[in-house]
Amino acid sequence: MYNTKYVLPGLLIFLALFTSPFWAGKVFGTASYERPKLALPADQKECIEPVEYMRAEHMQILDTWRDQALREGKRTYVASNGKVWNVSLQNTCMKCHTNKAEFCDKCHTSNSVTPYCWDCHVEPKGNQ
Amino acid sequence: MKRSRRQFLKVASLSVLGLSTHLATGGIVNAAEQGAQYLPNENGLKAGRWAMVIDTRAFETPEDFDVCVKACHKAHNVPNIPNNQNIKWLWTDTYEHVFPEQGNNHMSESLENRDFFVLCNHCENPPCVRVCPTKATYKKPDGIVAMDYHRCIGCRFCMAGCPYGARSFNFSDPRKHLDMGEVNPEFPTRMLGVVEKCNFCVERLAQGLMPACVEAAEGKIVFGDLNDPESEVRKVLAENFTIRRKPNVGTQPGVYYII
Repeated sequence: MYNTKYVLPGLLIFLALFTSPFWAGKVFGTASYERPKLALPADQKECIEPVEYMRAEHMQILDTWRDQALREGKRTYVASNGKVWNVSLQNTCMKCHTNKAEFCDKCHTSNSVTPYCWDCHVEPKGNQ
Repeated sequence: MKRSRRQFLKVASLSVLGLSTHLATGGIVNAAEQGAQYLPNENGLKAGRWAMVIDTRAFETPEDFDVCVKACHKAHNVPNIPNNQNIKWLWTDTYEHVFPEQGNNHMSESLENRDFFVLCNHCENPPCVRVCPTKATYKKPDGIVAMDYHRCIGCRFCMAGCPYGARSFNFSDPRKHLDMGEVNPEFPTRMLGVVEKCNFCVERLAQGLMPACVEAAEGKIVFGDLNDPESEVRKVLAENFTIRRKPNVGTQPGVYYII
């Protein structure tokens, strides 16, 4: 190989920089991700579906809810455990999750997700 | 170790099969989704074709109109913007503006001076639905022309398509003109850059309630199912002379006016 003494160190520097996000945190001890502590509803024990499912799929549920309510006119949700809910972000979800800042925003902020739900939907009053 | 091409393909295809069956059968995601069901509200009002009949003779003073407009705008968080960018769901205009092709040279004074309610006509053949490129505006099976603000891209084709000027565009953030402490928490506001209009109170019908303006009008506006011969709208239509707006554009409005 030509110019080995330049190419190899160059490659090493590139690799070091390229992989830095993966090890920099461990070496310098700066980055450590902690799962955000969410404020859960005080008076409710369970959500419309199991926690793991809600954590992973709440955006899909909201998307389906929107289409079912607006387009199909189906505004009653029978959950997998048989419980009946009104299909509405403002009137069902936010009636329990009254603290948007401590529930929605915490996860969304730490995951750099900026949904525009609140450009239209009204935040619950119990939000402080 | 030497592997032949044939061996590699065998292992590769088996692994792909395994992966895909795992994805197809899914984990918790599918389990919960399959168990859940969506149904129409039990106590919701249903109709084959919703229609409204406005008794224009009964609306005399500005207060008569105001009660209904306020009820509508309060229920739907419609902002009051005092310039030509105002948002209109339910408003009033004169005979010659509301019925431009149906005027005569020497009309009765009462018709000349009377104001008329104007709102989205929820047409049988809505041009706004045809021109909407994103299907944000759509016609429901019960005749209501509804809007999905999530999908509106603000192109305003529907405003160009609507022969009745029943649509408004949010040129600025409507929340600037709303008292956020006073808004109806049950209904969303709209955002900057979407078109909006009257929705025949589809969210109230789903709860078994009549539209806000009909409730506030106390009998001066009749609302019901056009397909049901026993309904009140059909009785009122059979007993009174009614006209609709711009009959020659062929949109077949769902709002009738008793003259």
